[in-house]
Amino acid sequence: MRIDVSRPHGGHISLQAGMNNYEVDFTSALLDTEQPCPANLSAWNGSDPVKRFAVYRNNVVSSLIDALEDTFPVTRELVGDEFFRAMARIFITRVPPKSPVLAEYGDEFPEFIANFSPVQSVPYLADVARLEMFYLTAYHAADATPLDEASFRGALSNADALPSARLQLHPSASVLRSTYAAGSLWAAHQGTIDLATVDPYLAEEILIIRPFWEVLVVPLRPGAGRFIELLANGASFGETALAVSVAFPDFDLTTTLADIIRTGAVVAFNFNEAL
Amino acid sequence: MPSPSHSEADLTGALPLSCRLPATAGVGLKPEHYTAVLSTYPKLGFFEIHAENYMGAGGLPHRYLSRIREDYPLSVHGVGLSIGSAKAIDEGHLDRLATLLNRYQPEVFSEHLAWSSHGGTYLNDLLPLPYTQETLTRVCSHIDRVQERLQRRMLLENPSTYVEFTQSTLSEPEFITDVLQRTGCGLLLDVNNVFVSCTNHHRDPLAYFDALPLSRVEEIHLAGFAEDRDDVGASLLIDAHGCAVASAVWNLYCQVLERTGPVATLIEWDNDIPTFERLVEEAEFADRCLATAWRTHKSSSRYE
Repeated sequence: MRIDVSRPHGGHISLQAGMNNYEVDFTSALLDTEQPCPANLSAWNGSDPVKRFAVYRNNVVSSLIDALEDTFPVTRELVGDEFFRAMARIFITRVPPKSPVLAEYGDEFPEFIANFSPVQSVPYLADVARLEMFYLTAYHAADATPLDEASFRGALSNADALPSARLQLHPSASVLRSTYAAGSLWAAHQGTIDLATVDPYLAEEILIIRPFWEVLVVPLRPGAGRFIELLANGASFGETALAVSVAFPDFDLTTTLADIIRTGAVVAFNFNEAL
Repeated sequence: MPSPSHSEADLTGALPLSCRLPATAGVGLKPEHYTAVLSTYPKLGFFEIHAENYMGAGGLPHRYLSRIREDYPLSVHGVGLSIGSAKAIDEGHLDRLATLLNRYQPEVFSEHLAWSSHGGTYLNDLLPLPYTQETLTRVCSHIDRVQERLQRRMLLENPSTYVEFTQSTLSEPEFITDVLQRTGCGLLLDVNNVFVSCTNHHRDPLAYFDALPLSRVEEIHLAGFAEDRDDVGASLLIDAHGCAVASAVWNLYCQVLERTGPVATLIEWDNDIPTFERLVEEAEFADRCLATAWRTHKSSSRYE
């Protein structure tokens, strides 16, 4: 899909009869500067209401661009502030927030970026934005206490019941399977690794999780991302280990489990005796 | 005039009165200041949060707020309920608010005389509405629903506006007065908004105050504004919350306190956020105004 900068509406929104016309007029004119200023506005000195209405327009657009800047700081650094704000402005017109909870706003921004033709030369940008949205989601996710290492190892030693066990993952956990080095690019912008050492075209799988209070962005070994995804979807431990071993010849169950224990991604083992 | 859905006496009898905030100065709680608050425990009357910033399930915002709430009175201030909307109140958002209020049991909950959502789009600004009998009835029914669902009285805040509607038949203070009478809600008087709107619409702020039932003021807001001009060069003030409270607004605030007596007062500073120390200084200035109001009201018998 190619996205151009023309107006989203085919024409002027049809006016409903009744008292809420001003809401219809405000909504279309606030998001789209090509729409006329709403009718029936006045000023004490007879000045043109357009300039006064522009205060609302600026409040809406600037505050939403600021919200996206807060959520996507690395995406912004990668394309520069001016470009980011211009891109965000188009996104806001196309996909304005649906909810007053702005921490949820922007979940469609990565897909918008993926289809936004002016950034086709930065193909990894959408995945970096996906990582940042997962980061925000993890930041606000429900709290849960990860399983401690002793309990985890105890559960793994229950050889008879282990294959049918289902694992409850931490509510903040997300896996990003990127065809680019989204995690390393993100880490380079945190100053934790040198950007010069990053090959953006090397595929990476990343776990984004907040086991306690800090959000962690953890690079995963081959197959580990799929392993976590299958467990999250409710597959049993045995089904998951088998499926991932077949799909990823390099998959190493022992080291993957050690990584998972260390990141706090598992909250509980559910051993269902009936299965 | 349409009859109210229930009398004020019925409502205040049926719903628990919100515990009042102490009549001292408080500040808006900003994530930038979480650690400063917990390391200094400043002498402040209360903290206020924007409800929508605490609607996530968990994480640091709730961890800090829970700790701060243990030691301070709390005001929850909604910015997204869209009480002025033509459509019914968003029940999903009311549910989120109910969850938040149950979790923190704040002394007060307040919202705005404005709308911010239309047709499933949230516009993230406090937008104006015409003041007519039709919008009055609608706003009252929305506030009735909010108070019923949340099982508490709310405070309604007067808006800052940049345009007026030709179809308005009521002045803003008349509209607000009728809402307070019909719904039993309290008034959150934003003195900066009064100054901004009265400047923008060439009205007298003192006449605005005197047209309101000031005995219903349960909280005051103070903030800084930005300055612009309309297209013929007249002053156009913007409620920007990005700087210190202006001296003209401090003066108005003292004049309001002469009329109301001491009232819980919030310093709002949401953009270009200063150091916590600087914010507390602003609150201390409000406390000095409140101390004067206490002295005046002790010497008069009106508020005993």
